[in-house]
Amino acid sequence: MNARLYVWQRATAAVMAPFVLVHIAVIFYATRAGLSAADILSRTHDSIAWAIFYSVFVAAVSLHASIGVRNVLAEWSPLGERQAGFLALALGLLLAALGFHAVFALVVA
Amino acid sequence: MPEASSQLAVSLWRGGEDGRYQTYGVPRRDNQTVLDVVTYVQRHIDPTLSYRFACRVGMCGSCAMTVNGRPRWTCRTHVAKVARSDRLEIGPLENLPVIKDLATDMQPFFEKWQQAKGVFAPSATRRDAIAQIQPDSPARIAADAGIECINCGVCYAACDTVRWNADYLGPAALNRAWTLFNDARDAGNSARMAAVAASGGCHSCHSHQSCQEHCPLSLNPTASIAGLKRRTALAYLKGELKA
Amino acid sequence: MKTRALGPRGSTLWIAAMIHRLSGLALAIFLPVHFFVLSLAFHGGARLEGFLRWTDQPLVKLSEVGLVFLLTVHLLGGVRVLVIENFDWHDGQKQLAMLAASVSAVVAFVFLVRVF
Ligand code: SF4
Ligand code: SF4
Ligand code: FES
Repeated sequence: MNARLYVWQRATAAVMAPFVLVHIAVIFYATRAGLSAADILSRTHDSIAWAIFYSVFVAAVSLHASIGVRNVLAEWSPLGERQAGFLALALGLLLAALGFHAVFALVVA
Repeated sequence: MPEASSQLAVSLWRGGEDGRYQTYGVPRRDNQTVLDVVTYVQRHIDPTLSYRFACRVGMCGSCAMTVNGRPRWTCRTHVAKVARSDRLEIGPLENLPVIKDLATDMQPFFEKWQQAKGVFAPSATRRDAIAQIQPDSPARIAADAGIECINCGVCYAACDTVRWNADYLGPAALNRAWTLFNDARDAGNSARMAAVAASGGCHSCHSHQSCQEHCPLSLNPTASIAGLKRRTALAYLKGELKA
Repeated sequence: MKTRALGPRGSTLWIAAMIHRLSGLALAIFLPVHFFVLSLAFHGGARLEGFLRWTDQPLVKLSEVGLVFLLTVHLLGGVRVLVIENFDWHDGQKQLAMLAASVSAVVAFVFLVRVF
């Protein structure tokens, strides 16, 4: 961990705190009568607000989780900082790709 | 106050890294410290026992050991406080190489102290006037809060981040860096900033306060390190720091 | 062998840091699955609906309760650390950490009652 990674990880954390609160509220709301695809899509489909919300969320969480996992690997696995960094970068890219794909599926397709 | 029993069963670490615990019987006394117990074994049972101490009054920081699983200053730790059921297990400090028995090699600890630029860098010469420091200025209050460190290494032994990350500078060195950051007379802050913001610096700290909980002087390295995190993050955002 | 006594480990704040790390790891492992499932919404949502009906099993619901706990405890624990790092020092972190865990447990419990 150095200053650059620290700043990014804590900044994304701060950005995400309200997002997670909203997300938890949505989880409770969405399960009020059982989850259904129609219900979810009726909220998200063609909604610019949700598209922005979830896109920012995905971007932030990809960065945040990637840096966090990097630290865990560096401390708890035999990998060195460099290798841990590469693995974590791969995880971040995977999260971003899957995440944006999901947002696209929920909002556009 | 009547003692629970007249005899203590004391397990002491014997040997180097691959040593083992060996048990000795030590008579129990009133107002006995853990250091007294170790000294008794060396004086009366086995003179080859190695351990380290100097002042015996909590000033020099050389007597720290692991007592019943926790790092402590042994000269100021009363047996009555730590020995439940008349048993004591005393080992060398964790997170440092063992030289022999209860003596660890403190070199990595002091090297990191240097690496964190925990050394005063003067900004004036003897021909300058003596600096006027306001005791109630916020910077001086922050410096004073961490200044009493005796370099005992207890916090270093209690910190799991030190264990998991060989490069981590550790609570004592970073606490010291923070006191110097707040010392108006010190001129070493740009080098110090780079040192504590690098990999293994203040940002590796997880704020679990084990350091604070164990520090015999009740210092709070976690708070000092949080101060360093703020200062370095700000410098990074302003572009004053290359990372 | 030197016994690695629990020592500093096992204190409230050490456990809090461990919960923070393990919940973060668990969420990082769960997220790709979560995103993958949501992408089933492509083509009108029939496949997503099919999967959601599969998740009606009690065991899956129970793990969702676990996820709600992990997310909440990671959020609250993280906010606690952010406050330590960015504001003046406040004592009582043990109590705050316990509060964070308790609130998370309550939130997860309310969710449990809701989905069953
Ligand atoms: S708060 Fe930081 S320095 Fe103190 S024990 Fe935890 S990681 Fe180590
Ligand atoms: S901060 Fe406390 S525990 Fe750490 S070396 Fe200084 S006096 Fe010892
Ligand atoms: S012997 Fe000096 S501090 Fe214990």
